[in-house]
Amino acid sequence: MRRRPFTVLLLPALALGLSLAGAMLAAPRPAEAEEFITVASTTSTENSGLFGHLLPLFQAQSGIEVRVVALGTGQAMRVAERGDADVLFVHHRASELKFVEQGHGVGRREVMYNDFVLVGPRADPAGVAGTRDAAAAFARIAQAKAPFASRGDDSGTHKAERAVWKSAGLAPDGARDPWYRETGSGMGATLNTAAAMDAYALADRGTWLGFRNKGGLVVVVEGDPVLFNPYGVILVNPARHPHVKAAAGQRFIDWLVSPAGQSAIAGFKVGGAQVFFPDAK
Amino acid sequence: MTELRGAFAQALALIGGADPSLVEIVLLTVQVSFSAVLLATAIALPLGGALALYRFPGRRGLVVLLNALMGLPPVVAGLAVYLLLSRSGALGAWGLLFTPGAMIAAQCVLVTPIVAALSRQVLEDLWAEYAEQLRSLGAGRARAIATLVWEGRHALLTAVLAGFGRAIAEVGAVLIVGGNIAHHTRVMTTAIALETSKGDLALALGLGMLLIGMSIVVNASAYLLKEYAQVRYG
Amino acid sequence: MAESAVKLQEPRAAAPATPGGPLAVAPAGREGRTAPAGNGEAEILPLECRDVSYAAGGQALVQGLTFRLEPGRRTVLLGPNGAGKSLTLRLCHGLLAPSRGSVRWLGPGAAQASARQAMVFQRPVLLRRSALANVVYALAVRGVPRRRRRTLAEDALALTGLLPLARRQARVLSGGEQQRLALARAWALRPQVLFLDEPTASLDPAAARAVEEAIGAIHRAGTAIVLTTHDLGQAQRLADDVLFLHRGRLLEQAPAAAFFAGPATPQARAFLRGELVL
Repeated sequence: MRRRPFTVLLLPALALGLSLAGAMLAAPRPAEAEEFITVASTTSTENSGLFGHLLPLFQAQSGIEVRVVALGTGQAMRVAERGDADVLFVHHRASELKFVEQGHGVGRREVMYNDFVLVGPRADPAGVAGTRDAAAAFARIAQAKAPFASRGDDSGTHKAERAVWKSAGLAPDGARDPWYRETGSGMGATLNTAAAMDAYALADRGTWLGFRNKGGLVVVVEGDPVLFNPYGVILVNPARHPHVKAAAGQRFIDWLVSPAGQSAIAGFKVGGAQVFFPDAK
Repeated sequence: MTELRGAFAQALALIGGADPSLVEIVLLTVQVSFSAVLLATAIALPLGGALALYRFPGRRGLVVLLNALMGLPPVVAGLAVYLLLSRSGALGAWGLLFTPGAMIAAQCVLVTPIVAALSRQVLEDLWAEYAEQLRSLGAGRARAIATLVWEGRHALLTAVLAGFGRAIAEVGAVLIVGGNIAHHTRVMTTAIALETSKGDLALALGLGMLLIGMSIVVNASAYLLKEYAQVRYG
Repeated sequence: MAESAVKLQEPRAAAPATPGGPLAVAPAGREGRTAPAGNGEAEILPLECRDVSYAAGGQALVQGLTFRLEPGRRTVLLGPNGAGKSLTLRLCHGLLAPSRGSVRWLGPGAAQASARQAMVFQRPVLLRRSALANVVYALAVRGVPRRRRRTLAEDALALTGLLPLARRQARVLSGGEQQRLALARAWALRPQVLFLDEPTASLDPAAARAVEEAIGAIHRAGTAIVLTTHDLGQAQRLADDVLFLHRGRLLEQAPAAAFFAGPATPQARAFLRGELVL
């Protein structure tokens, strides 16, 4: 019993901790909005900080809380297909059109675009810096067998990257081409990989600008029209999923394409640079 | 090494700054994992007790299954819970997906086998010592399980802590079923994953250190409690 | 049975009711048999074992045991180590089922037999809680109403001289105190039969003496005692009847005085002489 004063204190302290935790469980969570919608979106919008900028503005105006689940475009679409989101906000036009065509979503609107950039090591072993022709640059990387880190995750960025390869007449395959590395993960993880192994990678500009672990990577190719990256927003079809919060979801969509929403998008800057360009029609 | 030094600085700054969004994440982390472990314990102790005290066909298979499930990959547990809670799934009508409730369910699935398998061992050993006495007093099996749980509470605490450690450190399952929604389902581990994907390795590591610190505090309290109990209760 | 503990017990043909009710322990030194403790309930004894055998792993550990235990008596199962004494006790108490033969309670209260007996083990198994709480627990398991548990528990602790230690943690008591607590716990249940398996085997002489005194007090309150021991002195001090076991067989059953004066078998004679009996 030599440590009596201490041990005597210990039990009440633990009891207090437990009851505090219990009280936390019972207490309603603060700052819970009256109404909320779930938006399945992409890592590029979330990681760049765009939603952090937009959502408070929308909530102040509408009282609706927006909960964003950030996934790759392919995964986000599957989540929306299962009815687990109210709104889909992604960037791969062909898939989006198919999504609507198959009846999963309604009322697709174009919201904004940004662009992809090819990043690579400053030493530029494939010698692609300076060109604006993405396909030519990709062909040169393949020729030099310079390491290239691909998302490999069926995301919008991955689909855009495959499109560029295709336009260069190539179809690199990780199994056959050891320089082509599929990370199977998000943009950030892929950039981390590229930074670690001095590889080239295709990235959306928003994520790139916000990315903190650039290492020796720099932008080597940008400005090619094929790198244009449009974002669309779609309401998940309430006829198919009756629980979808159609009214609130539609308000969010309407706001995004309204002058207020469009100027909010234009006003979002990373390191002083505008990242997303509103183009709602 | 610069990352590590940066991480230490970040961890200290995070703790010192008591940033409200960090406090929110820490509270949610504790809340989710604590609830999951509480729920799992409520399921696992009777289950472990039943496996320790009852003999029935298939018992051995169940024990092996439980032991195997201790190593259940979190992503698999998360996927299973996702499919169940998805609007298109069996329990979709509950609307639990992408809520802390779904995260609690997923962690509960991960933790229950751990607590059940470890407590079965503890209770089986205790039963060997107490069986005759309790039967002589006329205690039924259910009562015996309750008594053994109370008698073994300090050893069982270790089992529960092992479960808590798994729950709080797990990222794969809560990411899938919680969605890592800011201010809503973002916990320490998913925040770490997010900061890593943003390339902010120092912040990610700082959060990681905070998580380790929390884990140490919980385990140290339990250790001291156990030591104290040993002296007091013999 | 708890309800009945406050009632005056029914007068019995064999012995008059103890005045003052069952909780009143008969004055020390009073000889002979009194009514069973703490009940106006029907007696469960006698216990009849008929041709009882118990085998484990294909090996017969006790064989062909036939005997009767009568109410109010103190029966000592005597014999060398490995004779099957503890096993026989467990068969009587119902912790083990015989491989062959029958163990039957013949008294009018036989249906309630399991609720009206208790056992104290060689090494007491105490719960990790206070001495008092250990006794209260046993009462709770037997369904005694909450409000009565405390009083009954304190009475039992008083009987075994443990009342001053009621608040102490059971597991940190000395060996002798622990065994007395196990006795108090058993006694609180007001059993008609109390089985004791080598209750003093691991105790020093002073502690053993305290335990024997507690057993005596319990018996004087009317409980039949069935005890195993390999300690001759203890057998002589406590036994009314002796069952002498040897290698899993019952060789002798006799009143204690007769047994100790003139054992009938060479094995018992050797055992009484203190020779190593194999």
